[in-house]
Amino acid sequence: MNWFVRPFLDNPFLQRSLLAGVLVAISCSIAGTFVVLRGLAFLGDALAHGVLPGVAGALLIGAPGILGAAVGAAVMITGVNLVTSRSRLSSDTAIGLLFVGMLGLGVMMVSRSDSFTGDIVGILFGEILGVSRSDLVQQAIAALVIAVIARVFARPLLLLSFDPEQADIAGWPARRFELLMLVMVTICVVMSFQTVGTLLVFGMLLAPAGCGALLARRVPAMMLWGAAIGSLSVYVGLLISYHLNLAAGASVVVVAVTIFFVIFTVQAIAQALSQRHVPVVVG
Amino acid sequence: MTVGAEVVEAHGLAIGYDNRTVVADVEISLPSGQSLALVGVNGSGKSTLLKTLAGLLAPVAGDVKVFGDEPGRTPQRVAYLGQFHSVGGLLPLQVRDVVMMARYRRRGLLGRLTRSDREAVAHSLERLGISDLGSKPLRSLSGGQQQRVYLAHTLAREADLIMLDEPTAGLDAGANERYAELISEELARGAAVITATHDVRDAARCDQAILLAGRVVAAGSPEDVLSAERLLDAFGIALLAVPHQDHVDLVIPEDAHAHADHIHRDRRRH
Repeated sequence: MNWFVRPFLDNPFLQRSLLAGVLVAISCSIAGTFVVLRGLAFLGDALAHGVLPGVAGALLIGAPGILGAAVGAAVMITGVNLVTSRSRLSSDTAIGLLFVGMLGLGVMMVSRSDSFTGDIVGILFGEILGVSRSDLVQQAIAALVIAVIARVFARPLLLLSFDPEQADIAGWPARRFELLMLVMVTICVVMSFQTVGTLLVFGMLLAPAGCGALLARRVPAMMLWGAAIGSLSVYVGLLISYHLNLAAGASVVVVAVTIFFVIFTVQAIAQALSQRHVPVVVG
Repeated sequence: MTVGAEVVEAHGLAIGYDNRTVVADVEISLPSGQSLALVGVNGSGKSTLLKTLAGLLAPVAGDVKVFGDEPGRTPQRVAYLGQFHSVGGLLPLQVRDVVMMARYRRRGLLGRLTRSDREAVAHSLERLGISDLGSKPLRSLSGGQQQRVYLAHTLAREADLIMLDEPTAGLDAGANERYAELISEELARGAAVITATHDVRDAARCDQAILLAGRVVAAGSPEDVLSAERLLDAFGIALLAVPHQDHVDLVIPEDAHAHADHIHRDRRRH
């Protein structure tokens, strides 16, 4: 029992990490549900990396990293919208180009810093063990904002996930509400980059929501499953990190992705077995 | 709504994508309680016209009014069922959820769904003969069953204008017959119905028809529009729609080849 509880009782910093991770799991499960349902994974990935130059720029001029991340995400969303609406390029080409361009720009900017390696690792992988009280407050506000957006706009967001044309017909323009989905993803990325970093936040957006998609029969249940599995991943990941002296943020995400593949495999085997036992009627 | 009131009016309408015209000079005058068929082969412009009337595409030129307003401005009065559904296989929705989504617009963002909404959903499921599928996941259904769910969703909107793109695709003969009865019921309660179809038999049942082939080949009553000569022009095959009391037969006229030769000769002369 000590192995499972003691680390959190003895270390206040680990309690803050756990709480921050759970808040990230809740935010990401809500936003991630729409990312998974609308097939926005690539854009979400690009957005998560697109904040890098913003954070790097903020670090260089001594501004808050969160502010830089928000600016980076806004530039990314505007760029993707501009390229997809004004050219014949498919959105994945536009997203891919902006993604690589922003990532490269971010690395170039960080390379000006004296502590290049430390900074880039911090931005990409976060510092979940270094979460402060003010970080916790910011993350709680972010989780609340995402939950309120999801509740108030649940109907257009669900219609959009079902069929964008039906959202348009209902008078809720698909483009506008897809942008709202991206705003939710952006809030997640911006508020979570301190905890799990811009690279790993993407795993928290996809893996728990993906588990929810495999397990749930209704969309709210999908979000609840996502939040529960995300929170479990945070707890198990922090324990593994503490006992085996491994990177905490990466451990959390690896646990979440592992849970996804375990559920996926069990379901695939169960389905294969049930199909083998279906009697075949001949004639 | 008042039967006979104008629902859709279009004059000199040009439709297309990105300001490129697909079909020009479309004229429509559709009152309530009447049905209009947009007939043509794939790529003839019928889906584009339907999307334009639904407000999903902007008209390239001309005037078009739906309930006296621009298309898309009266979402509570319009239902539309597209040909392709981009429903992801992952979406965890039960059949009843899908049909209930048709009631969202009436209640707005946060209004409570009422008993009348639940009754409308139950009634739509019953009309399509899928009441027993209500709690099934959408993703577990066959293509034909899913099409019936989408039709139930469309009817549950209780709209004054119903637009359907190839609505009988994937339906078996029984469901097809039931669909025809449902459309008659909708017309009887005063709704206007526009159907995009390549099935001449479906079109022959409507009050009006527009035959499309990248242009308006003919518009008017199905008897006039669906003549063997015009169908040959639009479909490239000689057909004749022969309406009976309860169904329409499609026959190949005895002198089909003579018709074809005659029309081709006429075209060469022009």
